[in-house]
Formats: sequence, C-alpha cells, structure tokens
Amino acid sequence: MLSFVAQRVAKGVIVLLAIVVLNFFLIRLAPGDPAVVMAGEAGASDQVFVKQLREKFGLDKPLPEQLFIYVKGVVSLDLGFSFRQQAPVAKLIGERLPATLLLTLTAFAISLALGILFGTFAARFAGTFLDTGITIFALIFYAMPIFWVALMGILLFSVTFDWLPSFGYETVGANLTGLAHAVDVAKHLIMPAMTLGLFFMATYTRMTRASMLEVKRLDFVKTARAKGLSDAVIQRRHVLRNALLPVVTLAGVHSGTLIGGAVITETVFAWPGIGRLMYDALLQRDYNLLLGVFVICSAMVLIFNLITDLVYRLVDPRIEYAS
Amino acid sequence: MKQFWKSMLKSPSGVIGLVILLFAISVAVFGPMLFPNSPWRMVQRPFLPPFTLSNVPLGTDALGRDVFAGMIFGARVSLLVGLVSTLVALVVGVPIGAMAGYFGGKVDDALMRFTEFFQTIPSFALAIVLVAILQPSIYSIVASIAVVSWPPVARLVRGEVLSLRTREYVQAAVVTGQSNSWIILREILPNALSPVIVLASLMVATAILLESSLSFLGLGDPNLISWGYMVGAGRTVIRQAWWITVFPGVAILISVLGLNLIGEGLNDALNPRLSREGR
Repeated sequence: MLSFVAQRVAKGVIVLLAIVVLNFFLIRLAPGDPAVVMAGEAGASDQVFVKQLREKFGLDKPLPEQLFIYVKGVVSLDLGFSFRQQAPVAKLIGERLPATLLLTLTAFAISLALGILFGTFAARFAGTFLDTGITIFALIFYAMPIFWVALMGILLFSVTFDWLPSFGYETVGANLTGLAHAVDVAKHLIMPAMTLGLFFMATYTRMTRASMLEVKRLDFVKTARAKGLSDAVIQRRHVLRNALLPVVTLAGVHSGTLIGGAVITETVFAWPGIGRLMYDALLQRDYNLLLGVFVICSAMVLIFNLITDLVYRLVDPRIEYAS
Repeated sequence: MKQFWKSMLKSPSGVIGLVILLFAISVAVFGPMLFPNSPWRMVQRPFLPPFTLSNVPLGTDALGRDVFAGMIFGARVSLLVGLVSTLVALVVGVPIGAMAGYFGGKVDDALMRFTEFFQTIPSFALAIVLVAILQPSIYSIVASIAVVSWPPVARLVRGEVLSLRTREYVQAAVVTGQSNSWIILREILPNALSPVIVLASLMVATAILLESSLSFLGLGDPNLISWGYMVGAGRTVIRQAWWITVFPGVAILISVLGLNLIGEGLNDALNPRLSREGR
C-alpha cells in the first residue's frame, strides 16, 4: 500500500513538473515581450526599467536557464508577481483557495449522493415510469451549460422568489460571527454548489444505473439470490458495492471538469475562489496570474486523482497494488 | 448500412436526436437566408420584450439587437465549432491511438504517457488559457477545444486496435507482406470505426458546451455571434430582461441534448451487444 502511494505521488510530481514546463512555454507564447508588458502594467515603460525587469526576471538569460529559474520558483511556491493586483500570485491564490475547496467539495458531495441515489432508484425500477422520468431528468441536466443553469437559478430563486442571495460568499457589511455567519455562508453556498453539482449528478445517475444493471446479471448475484438473501440485502451489499467501482473511477476522471465548472460557477455567482480569480486575470490579461491559477488547478486535479485511486482500493479489495 | 438505419430508427432516442439535429442544421444553413436581419444591427428599441412584435419575435437585447436573429446566426457558430473541433480531435487522436495499439511496447508507452498527461490537465482551464494566449478567434477556439478533447479518442482507438491486431485476417495481411500503414488503414481502422463514431457524436455535444462556455466568459470570436456570447451579454441585465439569457440557453440545451440522444441511438445501433438493458 505504502509503496503504491509513493509510486503514485512520484508519478504525480513528474506530471506536475511537465505541466510547469508547459506553462513556461505558454507564458512565452503570450503576446508581447513579457518585460515590456510587465513594465507597461507597472505603469512605466522607459528603457531602463524594462532592462531592470528583464534582469530581475532573468529574461536576458538563455531559454534553458530561464526555464530552470522558473521551475525552481514554482517548486518553492513562487508563482510570479501580478502587477495588476500588486501582489504575489501565490498569495492571491492562497487567499482564494478555501472558498473554491468549500464550493467544489460541497458540489461533489451533492452530485455523488444524489447521483447514486437516483441511479439506484432507476436501476431498481428499470423500465418503469420512474426509470424513464429519472433518465430524462438526467439527460436534460447533462445537456445544460453550467453558466445557464446558474443564471436560471438566479432568475428563479433570487429574482422571482427572493429566497436566496444571488452573489458573493457572505452578506457584505453584516459582520456576522459564529453560527449566524455559518448559516449566512451556507445560504450563499446553496445555489453555486447545486449548479455545479447538478451537472455531475446527471453523469453519476446514468453511470450508477448502467453499472447496477450490468452487475445485476452477474453470477454472484444469482448465487446470493439462491442463498435466499433478501432483495434489499442483495441490492445494497452485492449489487451497489460492485456497481460503485466505475462511478468512483468516473469521479476521478471528472475532477478536472469539476474545476472547470468551478471557474464558470464562481464567475456567475461572484464566489471569491480561484475560478473567479482566473476570470479576473482573463479580463485584465494578467498572464502571470492566469497561468499561476492554471498550475494550481492542475495540482488539485492530481491530488484528487490520487485520492480516488486510494478510495478505489478501499472500495474494491480485489485490487492489489503491491506488484 | 440498411441494417444500421433500421436499428437506428428503432431506437427512440436516436430518432428524436436525429430530428433535433436535422432541425438545428437546417436552421444553421437556411436560417440566415430567410431572416436576413443582422444579429449585430439595432432593429428596435432596447429591452423590447418577446412576443410583442411579429418581426422581432423574441424581443431585443440591451442594444436593441434582434435576439431571434442572434439565435439563428449563433446556430452556425455552435454547430461549426462543434463539428470542426471534433474532426480535428479525431485527426490527432486516431493516429496516436492506432500507432500506440499497433506497435505496442515503447511506442505505446510513450504515446500513452503523453495522452495521460493531457488527460490530467483540467481541460476547461487549459482551453481558457490557450484561447486567452492565442487571442480569441474561431481558429484558436477550435484549436483549443481539439487540444483538450483528443485524449479519449486516442485511448479508445488504442484499445480497439490492441484487440484487432491479433485477429487472423490481420495476421494474414502481415504474412502477405503488407506495409504497416496499409494494414492499419485498410484492415484495422475500418473495423474499429463504430465506437469512434459513437464517441465522436458525444464529443460534438461537449464541444458545443465548451464553445458556449468560452464565449460566455468573453473568449468568443469577437466577429461572430454565438449562443454563449448572448447569454454572457444578457447576464448583467437578467433582472430587467430575462429573455436575453433564457432563449439562447434553450438553444444550447436542445442541440446538446439532440447530439447526446444521437450518441445513444448510434450506440444501440452499432454495438447491439453493449446496448442498455431495462427497456
């Protein structure tokens, strides 16, 4: 087990390094000489200043050396400086990361719980009206763009009914503390988390349904039935547990999409996470910040994939990672 | 082929999907001829509600532009980007997967590590970064959607080729001294086609969603109107004018739904063994 974790971590680090290198070349692809761009952003573009910047960021050195400096910087969590926001990129991201984690993890929990629930129901009552209903429901949610679901949510629950706040992380100027603050944040969280969660819920519903129907046909289910186990026990212990394996895999594959969805959701709801930060960077063409967020997003996906691999092992004891 | 259409038309989702797609394609092709209103021109007062004037059926946006015209012209962009970027992704993914599966060994290892690398990167974030850096245009949008969507193609084709490579008719071709490229192109790939077609139809749907999300964030081609752009532009005035955001979103929903249904119908028709149970 331990060697498996070590192996996976090592692999993840290599991929992350490759992403950092890719990032380095993407920055070079950005329009304009970075030093001139930075000088312009800093508000002074005279020759001396540009030269200083070039020296400071090692832009006068040969490309391989620049790459080395850049990678060394990222390894020590130095993701560059955002002139637009007048702060180090790493600091900006650090401030925003908790909000994104809160949003994505809540959305993930919602999507998985509802998806497995609906998928199980659909499979249990396969071919009935309930199954058709759930399938259509899932198909529709699967086809809706996240930004549109978000806006329709605002239209319905904020504009029409005035039940939920339409933007932000907490009520501005309310200065709530303790439980009242938590309730306030939760109220702001419901819509973004549901928006993000519903799309993935649709995927998990379809996956759970398909995979439960598949497992149901297998011999060990017949054996369990022949042993005289009750239907509920068979469904829960034999079918669902095995049917969940592909769902777990899917959850790992989808972690990247989840982050992408967070960019959209945070933008619409002005949720102060790194997705919103990415959008701001995009509007201001703040390439250092944009690529910094990109590296952190990739790192998050890698970590999430590692966790799913471990969960997979817990759910499916047949897999031995020792070899 | 006849068999294929027969089973495709037997699957209800396939039929509904085909109808939706045909409708969307005809709107994209003929719509702009029938409704020559430019989607960029001011035709009425701003914020004209829908269903008030018959020549501007879906109302106008914040600049008095025809929402209906925007939707018709937007269909072109959405479908075109969806189709072309999927084609590009296939052009990249199929050869990589075929080579990995056919040659195996080190080639396979190297190509699959490369594919996995692209699969690990969060796709939408990469698409945003690429379009932002290459500057928004229809070309950069198609390119970045293709860059983030080819890995599943490569993996799928690799798997198919791996299993087909050991078949007798392929071995026979090897024995008769055919070249590798001839065997891959003429013997293996035609037999690996059906799952690729199913995947491709779903990829067009995903590409349309990706394009609309990019345009929504302001990364669309500034010279072309698209559904995502319209929703994004209507977002700030959603309290006064719901129709600007609602209608283009419905258009996206219906097209994506249609393509997903076609994917399901194709799956039932091309892989009867794998077709879903419980119907």
